[in-house]
Amino acid sequence: MADHRELLRGTLAGERRALARLLTAIENDAPGIREVLPDLFSAGHGAHLVGITGPPGSGKSTLVSALTSEWRRRGRRVGIVAVDPSSPYTGGSIMGDRIRMMDHAADRDVFVRSMAARGELGGLASATWLAVAALDAAGYDPILIETVGAGQSEIEIARLAETTVVVEVPEMGDEVQAIKAGLLEVADLIVVNKGDRPGAELAARQLRAMLSSAGGRVVGSPPPVLMATATVGEGIAALSEAIDAHRAQARSPEQARERARHQVRAALSDLGSRHAAADPRWEATLDAVAERRLDPISAAERLLGYER
Amino acid sequence: MTDDDRTAPIRVLIAKPGLDGHDRGAKVLARGLRDEGFEVIYTGLRQTPEMIADAAEQEDVDVIGMSILSGAHMTLLPRVVELCRGRGMDDVLIAAGGIIPDADVAKLKAAGIAEVFGPGTRIGQIAGYLREHARRRA
Repeated sequence: MADHRELLRGTLAGERRALARLLTAIENDAPGIREVLPDLFSAGHGAHLVGITGPPGSGKSTLVSALTSEWRRRGRRVGIVAVDPSSPYTGGSIMGDRIRMMDHAADRDVFVRSMAARGELGGLASATWLAVAALDAAGYDPILIETVGAGQSEIEIARLAETTVVVEVPEMGDEVQAIKAGLLEVADLIVVNKGDRPGAELAARQLRAMLSSAGGRVVGSPPPVLMATATVGEGIAALSEAIDAHRAQARSPEQARERARHQVRAALSDLGSRHAAADPRWEATLDAVAERRLDPISAAERLLGYER
Repeated sequence: MTDDDRTAPIRVLIAKPGLDGHDRGAKVLARGLRDEGFEVIYTGLRQTPEMIADAAEQEDVDVIGMSILSGAHMTLLPRVVELCRGRGMDDVLIAAGGIIPDADVAKLKAAGIAEVFGPGTRIGQIAGYLREHARRRA
């Protein structure tokens, strides 16, 4: 088994292979990895954590690649964590985000890591922020987390970021889509990508109108809506500046506490689920709930050891 | 199809070195391995050996599977092995598939390619081979 302290030391020294192996250990929750987490966190430089999410096919990977080019021009070292879904049936996954990131394939100052969401007990949210912590310790800043904005767990990841960018495309549906709960609520910035398509301008206007009046956020001002055409790099400099500006304004102790709250909650839920699933009574408890001999809340209490 | 004695899925990089015009086979394999429970990272067409080694390093994969049709396999595939070994990726299984003449298979194996899967190979056969030979870790 790998010596995690050695991997952490290599990561801090800028060794890419050590970082890659540390990421694997984190993702697999390898035995002994938790012992190095305090040192991993304290070694962080406080990189700007940017979440990019949106529906499948909205151009997230292309946008991430274009943003990376922009940041590289500004001399920043960019870390990318690209999360793709796992099959609920086989556990398998296809991660194709690198296809759109070929411009950076030979760049030693860009580190791309693909992560499969794995199962409900995989602890995606906590694995993701630990992966981000490793990239932060390795000196990457900013760090992008790209997720498919389809489910609650992806939204949960987006909430871990300091700045969350939601990518939309023209013809995404009528105005009611903009006021539905979920994805747009977590947005700090919204980008209408594929800005060269018909209706892009209209989609951006509709989003602005809906977010500023009927729908949008309960607290704070509505998120800015930008337009971009990631394939040709249009609107990317403006997006990069908007991301920086958001950080400058959002970097407050309250925001940091809010993120900490999500992180600890995610960790609680992951640890609780794993603890319960490892309990020898797990299967029998499931049977009891399936046969209605036990209710789910009491089942959870039993598995967490809250015997009454 | 899960493997109970393994704690994490096997991570596989599927790569297309060289100038092939299509990647139908690579995509079929990627999909097939996904259905067999593997985590597959696919990088697309026209990869240089350096790009493949870089991706394998960052992704910390257990397996690199290269599909090549163009005939440049004797140049490109050993180069990937060399780059990976040079970076300390000694335990990564490197396999190949595509159009590779029988006469070249032994030479590729001598150069560090673990196995060559030609046309007509069943996905289940490749999955079984990878489960048996890919490194195991905690």
